[in-house]
Amino acid sequence: MRLAPKAKSPAAKSEQIILFRVGGALFAVSSASVQEVRSVDSLAGASAEIKDSGVLKVRHLLQRGEQNLFVVNGTIHFGLPLTPGTLVFILRQSRTALLIDGIEKMTSMTHLQALPLAFHGEERQWYRGLTALDQTVVPVVDPQGFLSEDEVARLDNLLTQKVSAEASVASSGALQ
Amino acid sequence: MTVATEIELQSMVLLRLGERRYAVVATEIAELVAPSRMFKFPHRSPKVEGVILRRGRIVPVCEVAERLLGKKISARRFYLIAVRNYGGHKAPHKEWVAIPVTGECELINAEITGPSASDAPHIAGRISHDGNVIEVLDISALTARPEDEPAFPAAGATNTFVEANS
Repeated sequence: MRLAPKAKSPAAKSEQIILFRVGGALFAVSSASVQEVRSVDSLAGASAEIKDSGVLKVRHLLQRGEQNLFVVNGTIHFGLPLTPGTLVFILRQSRTALLIDGIEKMTSMTHLQALPLAFHGEERQWYRGLTALDQTVVPVVDPQGFLSEDEVARLDNLLTQKVSAEASVASSGALQ
Repeated sequence: MTVATEIELQSMVLLRLGERRYAVVATEIAELVAPSRMFKFPHRSPKVEGVILRRGRIVPVCEVAERLLGKKISARRFYLIAVRNYGGHKAPHKEWVAIPVTGECELINAEITGPSASDAPHIAGRISHDGNVIEVLDISALTARPEDEPAFPAAGATNTFVEANS
């Protein structure tokens, strides 16, 4: 039995992507969704450690102007062996920054295949789909899939509590 | 007067998995291909091993030996590319899935007898071939996702998925 032939678009539309590695695995992300790429070293002064965030994959906070970005450790997110991340993707229109091992290259894809329905787990949130590049299959990550709304709310709540605790310590110190 | 019994023969693909043989209705099979490179990436679908590239399509490789034989089989001789229906009868949505098999496949014509009440959902019936009774597999049920599994198995039905994982 044959499936219906794939619909052909009049002209293949290409999308610029960044191929990157996390925990030894290769992924792709649309370059349009990456606002900035920074080395971990360059962010030392702007980041703060979050202890017991309740979201295991988030251990650091990045301050960008008025906004706090949550740094997601890519290896923990994907359940891969821990590796020391060297670069951070600051994602556009998102509260998320992604800690990665390194960038492989920038390239373009002309076809994004939806994740086959046999995949039914968390990966349906992680990936926009799969693409074939140079006879290799690469998952294309969904920038919105690193943190759920619930996780962002929990992290925001933790920050609010931390700020009010610090304010109360400061005010009690001022009174003494 | 002679009474002619009409026997409806169906085209079936016989496949081998370890020491056992199974049958699949031929209309559910797209092709049989030699093992090609399998690509793996992080996911949380335990029955999916990875994906292969076939005719420009990315096809998931579904592990079925554990469910059928109770153990995984690393050896594989072919991938049987089967057509899997995800949408049910009302809104069929068909995708290819690759099923690893360990031996030669054979195309035969046989009459199917329906499944019994105690059969697992992935048994679509049985055929008789070369003096053996061979189970006919329902690919959609065999590669079912948790959301496809019935909440309560039919009375007397054996849920091999639960048994294999308990």
